[in-house]
Amino acid sequence: MATATATEMQPAKRALGGRLKPWPYYVKRFFLYIIMLVLSAIFMVPLAWMLSTSLKTQGQVFANPPIWIPRPIMWQNYIEVLSVAPILRWLSNTFIVTVSATLGTLVSSSMVGFGFARLRFPGRGFLFGLLLATMMLPGIVTMIPTFILFKTINWLDTFLPLIVPSYFGGGAYNIFLVRQFYLTIPTDFDDAARIDGANNWTIWLRIMLPLNAPVLTAIGIFSFVGHWNEFMGPLIYLFSEEKKTLALGLRAFVDPYLASYHLNMAAAFYLTLPMIIIFFFGQRYFLKGVVMTGITGR
Amino acid sequence: MATVTRVPQAGMLAKAAGKRRRSKLAIREAIDGYIFIFPWLLGFILWTAGPMLASLWLAFTRWNLFMPPEWVGLENIRQLFADRFVGISLWNTAYYTFLSVPLGIIASLILALLCVQEMYGRAWFRTFFYMPSLTPAVASAIVWFWILNPEVGLANMVLKAIGLPPSQWIWSAKTSKATFVLMSLWGAGGNRMIIFLAGLQNIPQSLYEAAQIDGANAWAQFWHVTMPMLSPVMLFNVVMGIIGSFQVFTGAFLMTAGGPANSTLFTVLYLYRLAFEQFNMGYASSLAWLLFFIILGFTIIQLRLAETWVYYEGG
Repeated sequence: MATATATEMQPAKRALGGRLKPWPYYVKRFFLYIIMLVLSAIFMVPLAWMLSTSLKTQGQVFANPPIWIPRPIMWQNYIEVLSVAPILRWLSNTFIVTVSATLGTLVSSSMVGFGFARLRFPGRGFLFGLLLATMMLPGIVTMIPTFILFKTINWLDTFLPLIVPSYFGGGAYNIFLVRQFYLTIPTDFDDAARIDGANNWTIWLRIMLPLNAPVLTAIGIFSFVGHWNEFMGPLIYLFSEEKKTLALGLRAFVDPYLASYHLNMAAAFYLTLPMIIIFFFGQRYFLKGVVMTGITGR
Repeated sequence: MATVTRVPQAGMLAKAAGKRRRSKLAIREAIDGYIFIFPWLLGFILWTAGPMLASLWLAFTRWNLFMPPEWVGLENIRQLFADRFVGISLWNTAYYTFLSVPLGIIASLILALLCVQEMYGRAWFRTFFYMPSLTPAVASAIVWFWILNPEVGLANMVLKAIGLPPSQWIWSAKTSKATFVLMSLWGAGGNRMIIFLAGLQNIPQSLYEAAQIDGANAWAQFWHVTMPMLSPVMLFNVVMGIIGSFQVFTGAFLMTAGGPANSTLFTVLYLYRLAFEQFNMGYASSLAWLLFFIILGFTIIQLRLAETWVYYEGG
């Protein structure tokens, strides 16, 4: 597979435009499409199986050979599972946590990023190096004392431990991204504003933030996905049933003793669907955002 | 500050005045700079530096959260070497890491090489590859638990249909770790693939053209153009991949609870149990530091080795 790539990159570009090629080219293309289709199918099977099972009657769940398109389609499963566990409550908890934390990430990463990109102060290089170093720090060393800190200030079983840290920097990765983006904006913008009497706050709010919209959208999406999927944090900090996030609550649905497989899959789909939706609307930003992080490799 | 004191020595009065004004601005700017980065600085102290120091201290204590911590010196460290579960969990974690990281990187690279081709429906294929990595860990645990069920699961139905013997997957100590590696490969089309993709798109076409003129075939082009140009991205993916997979937790916590026969007892899972089920905070902290040093060691070794194989353009 790898061998085909390098040479094919170019003829392919021309081929889409038209004009016939020698036949081995079409054979290669044919195999390329076959490989892509097979791989796509393999990658999509678990999600398709989740969706398919979630729409089956209990009787069809264990059918062998497997049934892919359920008949009848049991949309009711999605209502029925709501009576098994407080899924809507967990869903709204997850929304509250995710949106609040994402907001914090956006505000604080863009602010800190501006400081590192645009303002000169003693120790900036050292502090920025420190920031980059924390990207490689495994979260596991800080977990226990952080838990003790939140326990001491009585924040256990509240959303605060999951939200508040986002307002303090919003993650080294995001700060780095914002800074890199600010660096691409010519300083003439700042100078012009400064001559007009703007201070740093005005420059940040009125000039930099609007120009920064694409990178902030990407960060917002990543932060949303990250907080939505988070498991370890809620596991440690939330105990009572009505405080749980959806990811934590669905822990009880892994083993099907609580409900049957079709209801388990419906529950899992409640957790997955928002990610699928956000991907389809924000696809452009996902790819761009990751590409921007790719800079880190250089 | 330093600039202000140095100003009088500069000599001419006019120049000094100008400098003083500029340095006033510089002080202003520096103050604003600290204000702008203050949220991160405070967060760094509260949630990184502070906790690290605290956990370093905790590593030498015995503490169950209810009684005051008790200093035990090197007792925890001695126990780390005596505790057979530490050994088992490190072995499991290393096994998982050294299979899942290389295989995952090869898989991501192959997917990226395929996705970089011009073809119809490319955006769709990329979406299909990317989707699994967006699936929340809990949702994928739920669906894999169902697929891998040895009696009624889809995986064994497929194996049977193509004439292969069924597997016990995560329910046998022999296959459990490999199954977790397999499940991790499901996410190979995620961010890592996109980073490779970006890296591939950054390689100038002229290099391939030059290689073709020199008579290099596709295989030679891959090893002598693609790989060197991709090596910085590769290093990033390897380093981050190892840091991430040494901390593998959620899947094993949800699906196997470390079993069967402790075959999926990964280090972070054991650490979670020590800290949050047995409230053995001191000993758990020392295990956290052990894992930290192991990860740090691997990271440093890789950054050192990188000098021999990573190609930086113009560097």
